[in-house]
Amino acid sequence: MNDVISLDTLREQITADIENASDEKALDAVRVAALGKKGSVSEQLKSLGKMSPEERKSAGPAINGLKNDMAALIEAKSAELKKAALEARLASEKVDVTLPLQPGPMQRGSIHPVSQTLDEITAIFSDMGFAIAEGPDIESDYYNFTALNFPEGHPAREMHDTFFMKAKEGDDNGSKMVLRTHTSPVQIRTMENQEPPIRVVIPGRTYRCDSDQTHTPMFHQLEGLVIDKSSHIGQLRWVLEEFLKAYFEVDNVKTRFRPSFFPFTEPSMEVDVQCDRSGKEVKIGEGNDWLEILGCGMVHPNVIRNCGLDPDIYQGFAWGMGIDRIAMLKYGMPDLRDFFDADKRWMEHYGFRPLDLPTLFGGLSS
Amino acid sequence: MKFTIDWLKDHLDTKASNDEIIETLTMIGLEVEEVEDQAKVLNDFTVCEVISAEKHPNADKLRVCMVNTGSGDPVKVVCGAPNARTGMKGVFAAVGTYVPGVDFTLTKGNIRGEESNGMLCSERELMLSDEHDGIIDLPEDAPVGTKFVDYAGIDDVVVDIAITPNRGDATGIYGIARDLAAAGIGELKDGIVAPVPATLNGEGDISVDFRFGEGEPQACKMFAGRLFKGVKNGPSPEWLQKRLIAIGLRPINALADITNYISYDRGRPLHAYDADKINGQFHARNAKKGEKILALDGKTYELDETMCILADDNGPLCIGGIMGGEESGCTEDTTNIFMECAWWEPLLIAQTGRKTGIVSDARYRLERHADPEFVLPGIELATKMILEICGGEVHEVTVAGEVKSPEKVIEFPLAEITRLTGLKVPFAEAKAILTRLGFWVAGSGDVVKVNVPSYRPDIEGKADLVEEVMRIVGVDKVPVDPLPRLSGVAPKMLTTIQNRRRIARRTLAARGFHEAVTWSFISEKEATLFGGGADELKLENPIVSDLTDMRPSLLPGLLAAVGRNANRGFADVALFEVGQVFKNDSIDGQLNYATGVRAGTAKFAQVGRDWQGKANKVDVFDAKADALGALDALGMDVNNIQVVAEPADWAHPGRAGRLQLGPKMILGWFGELHPALISELDLTGPVVAFELNLDAIPSPRKKASKAKGALDISDLQPVRRDFAFLADRNVEAGKLVKAANSADKKLIQSTSIFDVFEGEHVGEGKKSVAIEVTLQPRQKTLTDEEIEAVSNKIIAAVEKATGAMLRG
Repeated sequence: MNDVISLDTLREQITADIENASDEKALDAVRVAALGKKGSVSEQLKSLGKMSPEERKSAGPAINGLKNDMAALIEAKSAELKKAALEARLASEKVDVTLPLQPGPMQRGSIHPVSQTLDEITAIFSDMGFAIAEGPDIESDYYNFTALNFPEGHPAREMHDTFFMKAKEGDDNGSKMVLRTHTSPVQIRTMENQEPPIRVVIPGRTYRCDSDQTHTPMFHQLEGLVIDKSSHIGQLRWVLEEFLKAYFEVDNVKTRFRPSFFPFTEPSMEVDVQCDRSGKEVKIGEGNDWLEILGCGMVHPNVIRNCGLDPDIYQGFAWGMGIDRIAMLKYGMPDLRDFFDADKRWMEHYGFRPLDLPTLFGGLSS
Repeated sequence: MKFTIDWLKDHLDTKASNDEIIETLTMIGLEVEEVEDQAKVLNDFTVCEVISAEKHPNADKLRVCMVNTGSGDPVKVVCGAPNARTGMKGVFAAVGTYVPGVDFTLTKGNIRGEESNGMLCSERELMLSDEHDGIIDLPEDAPVGTKFVDYAGIDDVVVDIAITPNRGDATGIYGIARDLAAAGIGELKDGIVAPVPATLNGEGDISVDFRFGEGEPQACKMFAGRLFKGVKNGPSPEWLQKRLIAIGLRPINALADITNYISYDRGRPLHAYDADKINGQFHARNAKKGEKILALDGKTYELDETMCILADDNGPLCIGGIMGGEESGCTEDTTNIFMECAWWEPLLIAQTGRKTGIVSDARYRLERHADPEFVLPGIELATKMILEICGGEVHEVTVAGEVKSPEKVIEFPLAEITRLTGLKVPFAEAKAILTRLGFWVAGSGDVVKVNVPSYRPDIEGKADLVEEVMRIVGVDKVPVDPLPRLSGVAPKMLTTIQNRRRIARRTLAARGFHEAVTWSFISEKEATLFGGGADELKLENPIVSDLTDMRPSLLPGLLAAVGRNANRGFADVALFEVGQVFKNDSIDGQLNYATGVRAGTAKFAQVGRDWQGKANKVDVFDAKADALGALDALGMDVNNIQVVAEPADWAHPGRAGRLQLGPKMILGWFGELHPALISELDLTGPVVAFELNLDAIPSPRKKASKAKGALDISDLQPVRRDFAFLADRNVEAGKLVKAANSADKKLIQSTSIFDVFEGEHVGEGKKSVAIEVTLQPRQKTLTDEEIEAVSNKIIAAVEKATGAMLRG
């Protein structure tokens, strides 16, 4: 009887101890005290060996039951304590996630609109089979004017507001170098160095002695040149209209080709593009207004001849436009002078993300 | 070039609307820049009657008028005109009307206590003339309340067109009419000028002498003069004044107005001298250096021997083809005049125009080439107008020199039109267009002969004729035709250097830099500070005094931008530019650089203060990381790049280095900006910078295959061992690492430095450098003995190379 009572008492005691254990360590002490080698329940189990088979038959299940029950209770309690401990830890580990992040380098840096626009232009002309040609900013009078059919002293030269370089010692006055007034000298350099067929676009810095809201002494031009045995104005129209559609990312763009004059093309034209000026920014491809956007024409026979080609066999067209200007139109930048000021606030506002790579497969602009 | 539609119709018989005319002008290459419809501008002005005009109670010279405007109650208007009187008819502008002559919109006024609800207008206020002595005084029968423009028949439209430098013929309204007629806008009227017979015998007592020396430039090729006697100068007739005012010219006197009129009407400048002010022999010659003339614009010009003048025995009378002299000019009192009509060499006129800086109507036309066949008709037309307007008698025309317009015939295959434009124009249409433009077309086969008229010297060959036909047919009629597409995938478009610039830009932007684009020219001071300043890189005519030298480096532009940003309150900026620098004026002297600067706390990881970290200042290692980061992105193996402690001229001598593949293969520099330079440029430090010469990067060797080679890795774990060395302070850590790496090239994979410090406990002039060496066994795991052996080799190699000892 003693044994039976003591088992019940034991159960009550251990159960209370488990209940009271405040952490895993205390619980483990309870487990050792009850179920350890010398634990109170283990001692009871050991006592089975001394019992008679009859006694054992009734006491065995009772003691084993106690052991299993206590083990289960401890396990449950352990889970409960673990959960509580985790909750306490999580509560203590709370941080203020609204604390601001430092913008990383990728967010801080930017690409200048001129570079971005040039990459956009490159993507479009790459699809039409053009290469990029380049030439020096400091040019000879020959490449900048004479070879391009600007006669010496002609008023057309005056229209260019040319920057001249100081004469070097020993130079006579006639051969002064100039800062190129347009990218057209590279037409000559290309035709001198490459057999037709030629399809190139020529981006670069150009210089004129002029300054106001839309003119700066330095600006960027994009020249195009196609020379082969058959290219004509109908194709020039196609190239420019396709380019304008692709660049401005509009489905349609109306253009107006007006006859004009450039010494290095004949016939020559200026191109106006359809636009809407009613809003704050000029919208291309809508509205009833016209905006002059580029000059073009068939390469003048004298220019072709100056490059050592026969103008009765070879022919082609050329055009020129302002990279800064079309960037201003597309992205709504009002003042060209800001392009060259490197104002952090301007660059953050008008600059492009470092990995905003204009492609035809991904789209020119995001 | 301005003209009015009314004037145009003197030469063009047309029923076309103004809009059609204006649209056509632009489409045939005479670009319309502005259209001013006078009827629209003056639309709100009405005929009115002054019911009463009484003296203003508080002002002697003002009158208070009650005006009947024809609608509603009479309106009270305060008027200052002396001719305002009761019962007169005038022109009224109500409150809210824009008055063009004074450029403002009328508001309700209160003039010395009397309210004023409008305005009685003068001719000048309506831009009808210069008249402003009184208000417009209309005849008694003028109907009150009608629009003034309807009453006065003002319906003219002023058109301003841009003339390209090749179109001298379009600097006269007759030439514009000819172009429009060719384009189907009406018929060109007969422009032939009949000679006016002399009323006096012979050429009179003034003749022209050409005095050009052998080999001298001769701007004046032909001179026609005509002597008039007993003319009466004075204001020109109203119709003539009206036309000149409409196109923005100020009427002066009849003689001046007539020459201006012919200049615009026919593109034919003339000049009238007061014959009584010519002393001795009238002649054309080149000026002597230093000769001076007071010109009609009131300014004195100093002349030189490249400028052609007209002169008498006393000196210059006129800057030939540019502007007349004040002293020999006609005044109201002039009675005897000598009229000049000459042909000038356009290039020489352009040159003199440039040198003197004079912009005149004569220069504008003569440098674009005036029709040599119109020299004599020009003087006849002037004769006709002078005799009609000023009366008097006239001698025979006296002529010196001559201009032969070359007989220019172009063989023109009509197929050329289609070859160059893609446009198919029937022969009859092409011939009709050219004929209407004044060309003479002979033949009817595939190739015709085209004779070029004297007023179109710009037409030189077939391509010019193609343009003439195309511009009249209309460029919009040219069918759009796709340029043949590539038959395959587009090949690579960019060259190596173009790709390098693109990659450098994107890489540096991704490292937190803003891309700047700065001027190619900088100040002389900046150029000199950065190794430039050579004469051949200086501009002869800079636009401002601080943009004079082509930049030898991108740093000055970027540093100036750093300064500007700091002045705006943004001291912590990182800027880069990828662009050209100039070492000399040759094509090879232009190099491509990628250059960056970091200022203040603009570090890679963090800028300014942050709750997670301190606001650290930029240092030399930021610049080194940027430079090497860019070179890595450009495809270089950074391990092959030597970093040597050779500072650039702009750098702090002890905090800068050079990147190279060898002493003669320099890729660039990095470092902290020299403190002296920082103060010279008015910056606040620290500023760090790097410069990379993109042209100096060797091109990768062309490989037979794009394959990257087999991957060589070991299954065995690498072993890492740490060593701490005590070295002299001056020992370069790079040298130490190199020595450790070379101790056993097979086994040692890499060496890194994980600690460097100086201090009392390592001794004066010493430093501790701790390295971690990674050993990569290949065949089998290393034994302790093998590791020990390698360790000893490393210690020995480091000691031998640097003198550093293993710390005990």
